[in-house]
Formats: sequence, structure tokens, C-alpha cells
Amino acid sequence: MNERQIHLAAHFPGVNNTTVWSDPASGSHIDFASFVHLAQTAERAKFDFFFLAEGLSLREHAGHVHDLDVVGRPESFTILAALAAVTERIGLMATLTATYHEPYELARALGTLDHLSDGRAGWNLVTSTDALTGRNFSRGGYLDYGDRYVRGRELLESATQLWHSWAPGDLVADPATGRFLARPDAGAFAFHGEQVDIEGRFTLPRSPQGRPVVIQAGDSADGREFAAEHADGIFTRHGGLEDGRAFYADVKSRMQAYGREPEELLILPGVTFVLGDTDEEAREQAEIVRRQQVSGPTAMVFLEQLWNRDLSEYDPDGPLPDIDPIEGESTIAPGSIPARSFTGRRQATADEWRAEATAEDLSIRDLMVRRAARQTFVGSAATIADQLDLHVQTHACDGFILVPHITPAGLDRFADEVVPLLQERGSFRTEYEGTTLREHLGLARPWPGAG
Amino acid sequence: MTKNLHLTVGLAGAGWHPAAWREPGARPGELLTARWWIDQVVEAQEAVIDLVTIEDALALQSSDPDGPDDRTDATRGYLDAIVLAARIAPATRGIGIAPVVTTTLTEPFHVSTQIATIDYVSDGRAAWLARVASSHWEAAHAGRRGLPSREVLRAEGAEHVEVVRRLWDSWEEGAEIRDAERHRFVDRSKLHHIDFDGERFRIRGPSITPRPPQGQPVVLATEPGLGADLVLEDLVVFLDDDEGGAVGRRDRLDALHPLGPGVDVFTGTPSGLADVLEERPPTRLLPAAIPHDLRAITRGVVPELQSRGRVPRSYAAGTLRERLGLGAATNRYAA
Repeated sequence: MNERQIHLAAHFPGVNNTTVWSDPASGSHIDFASFVHLAQTAERAKFDFFFLAEGLSLREHAGHVHDLDVVGRPESFTILAALAAVTERIGLMATLTATYHEPYELARALGTLDHLSDGRAGWNLVTSTDALTGRNFSRGGYLDYGDRYVRGRELLESATQLWHSWAPGDLVADPATGRFLARPDAGAFAFHGEQVDIEGRFTLPRSPQGRPVVIQAGDSADGREFAAEHADGIFTRHGGLEDGRAFYADVKSRMQAYGREPEELLILPGVTFVLGDTDEEAREQAEIVRRQQVSGPTAMVFLEQLWNRDLSEYDPDGPLPDIDPIEGESTIAPGSIPARSFTGRRQATADEWRAEATAEDLSIRDLMVRRAARQTFVGSAATIADQLDLHVQTHACDGFILVPHITPAGLDRFADEVVPLLQERGSFRTEYEGTTLREHLGLARPWPGAG
Repeated sequence: MTKNLHLTVGLAGAGWHPAAWREPGARPGELLTARWWIDQVVEAQEAVIDLVTIEDALALQSSDPDGPDDRTDATRGYLDAIVLAARIAPATRGIGIAPVVTTTLTEPFHVSTQIATIDYVSDGRAAWLARVASSHWEAAHAGRRGLPSREVLRAEGAEHVEVVRRLWDSWEEGAEIRDAERHRFVDRSKLHHIDFDGERFRIRGPSITPRPPQGQPVVLATEPGLGADLVLEDLVVFLDDDEGGAVGRRDRLDALHPLGPGVDVFTGTPSGLADVLEERPPTRLLPAAIPHDLRAITRGVVPELQSRGRVPRSYAAGTLRERLGLGAATNRYAA
């Protein structure tokens, strides 16, 4: 057996251009059967957990609902609860944003899922800020950057206190003695912070994992520090070998200050894959997928996210625009993270893109395919197994959150062809050994009880 | 021909009597398990009960309306009813499932997408019992302080229900077109902002979740004024084959822990309850002890009503809405 075991998660294809809905094999993103298929495939392959992202408003571009990608999704946590009925061992994790959920409600939902799945619940904590989403909630508006981490921290700390507000033996329920509770104040809590100010009694007795598994998505310095102190894992974008190793070393080195061991936090990049019978066939297939993921209209949307202006007069198969971008906050796609990420460097980036396109004679779409298509692992099953193992054995990560591009069967071949190779190498489990998600992830100790 | 009665049963832990967990047959150590809940819902399903509600609150049960009590001898604790309803749905068929969710301390956007999702995973069997919370200590759990009057809270509740309903309509049927030629996944003209602008809620929409199978999942309430499809009157029931047995059981439980004021109670035989139900307005039956009084409903009251031709012997095809005779839900935004 290899020294380091790979951890694997299955991400239900997302509401973005990575997901190829135009393929004839693409099924429903709404019907429960699609979720069941992917979750059961991942469980058959002994994955650590199944993963769902969250989105609390429809994406917009240029004042309209963005309709080029998949639009619409069920509520993630409700789906996970239903999946607990049709799976037995696999972990069930979803993103819940700290911004639009309240701690009492969130801790109850996660704790209830943990009870009803016998300890398989997980939470990907994000702190979103998005004016469009704010308009769907009574609290409205959104938090500025500094307040987001205050809120994320307070939400996690208050939820952790709620999860620990019942001691393991508080629920007695012994008819012979007539004692239901061990103590009259079971569930008592009080949290007084800047953003969270609550107190009283929690309704939910201690769940199997105590604190459900908590991972954090966010690669910034603040995000890394937060994770090093509080999280069981990080969902990162650093899926390459070199950037992965640097990220891995950085995050793990931050943990010592909090009295934590490196293996108490898992680095899990989100990655895609294109699998072929041979490496060459996979490369050809990958090129087809890239052009499905970035159609002409999608290329123009990406371009407008940088240019921050209407470019509908331009042809995606022609050269880049000669007009310049409009600097400043994104007005064309106010809810879009990529659009916002260009703020302050729109002109410089546009100059760079134009130079690259001119030098290599690329059309708008060619350049956007190169820039925007996410493909991490391409090859035969043997090649992909080699690469995955190399990343983990050389400390670029502890495992992967795999994002198939086809719903719901996009993981089938991976489960059938790649997983057995990883198992032969001794790098991945052939059976579940534990029952809880913490156990699958090798998080031996329960999260310490809150003071 | 007389109209069918619709039967709704409220499920709550070991039953509605605070001492019910001490009864023979209770499984008080299992109240937080999926197995316990599915067993009770399947018991109701085998009797073709139309609907079960799943009790919940953002505060522990208490004999004191103003705060927690210090009792250690009564059922305490709630699972989140929405998560529980979703966990139950794939393990059941035919029966409607209604989590109890407050309008006072939740966001309508979340409630709308959660109930819609239960409707998807149950193939059109989702309902919601909308409940107004008016205790200050429950509100403090959600960080809400200084609750207004009950009348204002009811008006807020009506706004909440209206927002949830508009969000369900915000996607027209057939909005997902998957037009690969034109690169369009949806027909944007079939997605609608709801632009609700009320006293408490100001919500834009559209929903993230396409219109659920029922169009409008069934909204229930136990008080008027919320815009529910059905308003149910609660009735706690103690049932035994002879009336004296039921009275004796109630006295025994009340001696351990009084049921408390302000609840309608029926104590008697299943056929006696069948007589009462034929005359009463729509009722939510609250079994005092589970499984005892639930089984008396499913194995006593229901067969009696079936023999009188007042309730069906199997579930009719279609959605919960259709079975309850509520008619098709028209979409307010459809052209």
C-alpha cells in the first residue's frame, strides 16, 4: 500500500460552462434520478463524498438571465437529505454561504443530516458577496470584503457551539426512570459577536460526528489562514503540480500556529478530466469538449466580462476588438466573480490578450477556449491514474473533487476504469473502512468541543 | 354521494402528549433516527392517509409559553423538518409530506426552493404547514429581537407565503428548452422577476429552482389569514377499543405531565372518532401517543371510514394537489 491514500469526491456538474448540456448524453439537472445516478456511481467506486454547489440567484449578463449555460437547480441541502435515503456510506456535502444562512437554521440542517445519514454530513463554507443574490433575501445588500470573513468566522464558531451544546449523554430517554434529559439545560448556548448575536437552547441533540466535516473554499491569504485554524479541508483551484505543491506547503505550514497537525486538514482541488482509450484519443476528445464548453456566444460573454461593455458587433471567429475596455467595477455582469476579478486591470489584461492573439493568429473564440476551458487531466485511464497518484504522493494535494462535464453519467468511466488502477497501486480504498465522513477522510479525532 | 374526507395526521416525536415517550411500545431512544420516522409515515401510508405533517420549531418543547422549562421528564428535541421530509420522501409513496416551517424566522427564498425540491424528490407529494412563531425566546434563536404583535406577525406570514408562491410560479412550464442550435438552455421570456415589495419582504426573483411538479405545492395552516390552500383544526386523540380504556390512559399520562390548556382533545373509540370526523371541518389528527394512537387511527378509524365509503382504499393517481381536490395550479405569470 502506498504511504499516502488518495481522497476522492464527486461534484455534481455545475451551473457554468464546464458542464456540456448540448451533448446528446446530457441528462436532467433537476430530476432526482440524475443525483441518484452520480451519488450511487461515486459510492460504488468508494468515493469519500458527493458534492453539490450552491447558487442563490440566477446568473445575469448584460441585464438578462445568462442562458448559454445550464440554468436552474434544486436546493442542495434538500437533495443531500434525499440522497441519504438511497446511499449508505458515501459522505454528503454541500456549499452553504455564510452570507445568506443564519447559524441556528444552518446548524440544525447540517446536524439533522448528520443524524439521518449516520454521520455523513459535510459543509463547504463560503462567504459570498453579490448584489444580485442580495435582492432575493430580506437582509438584502451584501457584505464588504472584511465583513465577509468576520461573518464566516462567526457563523462557523456559533454553529460549532450549537453542535456541541448537547453533550453526548444528554439524551437519556429511559422510560424506567422517567428521565428524558440528563440535565435541565441541555442545549444551552450564547454567542455574542459582531454579526451573530444569539442565545437560548438548541433543539438538536449531539449528532454522530459532533461537528460535521467543514471545508472552506477560498484561496486568498485570509481564506488560507481561516482554513488552517478552523477547517477540515480546503476546496481549492490549485490543481496543477507546481502551484499545488506551493499551496499545499503554505497552508499546512500555517496550521502549527493553531496547534494542529498537517493531516488534520485536507487539500482538495476541484479538477476536470477527459478520459480516452488512448492518450491520443483523449487529447482529440478534449479538444472537442473544449469547443463545446466555449461556444462562440460563450466566448463573447467571457470577453465582455473583461471589456465590461457590449461587444455584440464583433465576430467570435474574428480578431479581438480594437476598442478598449471600460475600467472600473463590472456593470455588464454585476454578479459574476470572473467579471469582478478583472477590476483595475482591464486595460492591461486586454493588451496582453491582444498581443497573444496577434502573435499566434487566434480568433476571439480560440483565445477564450485556451483561457477559459478547464481541463486538468487528459489521457487514458493509466495516464490519469498515474497523474492523480503523482499529485498526491508528491504533496501537491491530498485528493480531488472531480467535476465531470456530463450529467449524470460523466463519472461512470472514471469509476470503472481509473479507480481500479488506483486500487491496484494501493493508493485508494477497496472498501469503506469507517462509517462516518470524518472516518473516510482520515480525520481521526473528532473536532474538539467548543468551550 | 357524500364527498371524500381528507385525512391529515400530525407526527411529533413520541406523540403529542409530553409523557407519551414513557408508554409501552414507544421507542424514545430512536426519535432522531430515519428508521423511526419512516416507520410512522409508512404506517400512515398503508392506511392511505392523505398527508402527514412533521412538527418542528426553532425552540425546544416547553410547558412554559414564555421560555424553556427545567423539566427533564418530557420529550425534548426536534430534527429539522425540511431535511427530515426530504429524507423520508424517497422511502415512501402516495402520501403527502408537510414539514412545519415558520414564516417568522425564515427566508421565503430558502423555503420556496426547499419545498420545491421536496416536491421533485417525492414526485409531487410536497406540502408545507406554514406556522407563525410568536415567542420571543424562539425568535432570539434566530437573532430576531422585539417581535411585533401577533396580528402583524400573521400579516408577515401572509407576505412570506405569497413570496414563496410567486417564486414557484417564476419559472413557467417548459422554460428549459435546450436549444443547442441557438445556444439557449432556457427561454428567458418564461422566467419572471417576482418583484415583491411588502412590509417585511422585498424579493426580486426569479427562483433558482424550476417550477415544481405540482406547480404549487400544497400550503397548509392551522389558522386563517396566511393564504393557505387548507386550514386545518387540530385535534389531539386518545383512542382505545373501549372508551374507558382511552380515558384511563389519558388520566395516567396527565398524572405524569399535564397536556396543557388550549388544545382540543378527543378521548374515545375509533368509531366514535369516525362519527366526529364526518361532521368536523378539515382536521389535523394529533395522536397523543405514537405508535399507539397512530395505529388506532390507521387500523381503527380508517377501516371504519372506508366501510362507510368516506375515504379511499388506495391512492388515486396524480399529485397530492389533485388527490386533495385542489385543482390544477395555474401560473400567474403564464401568458
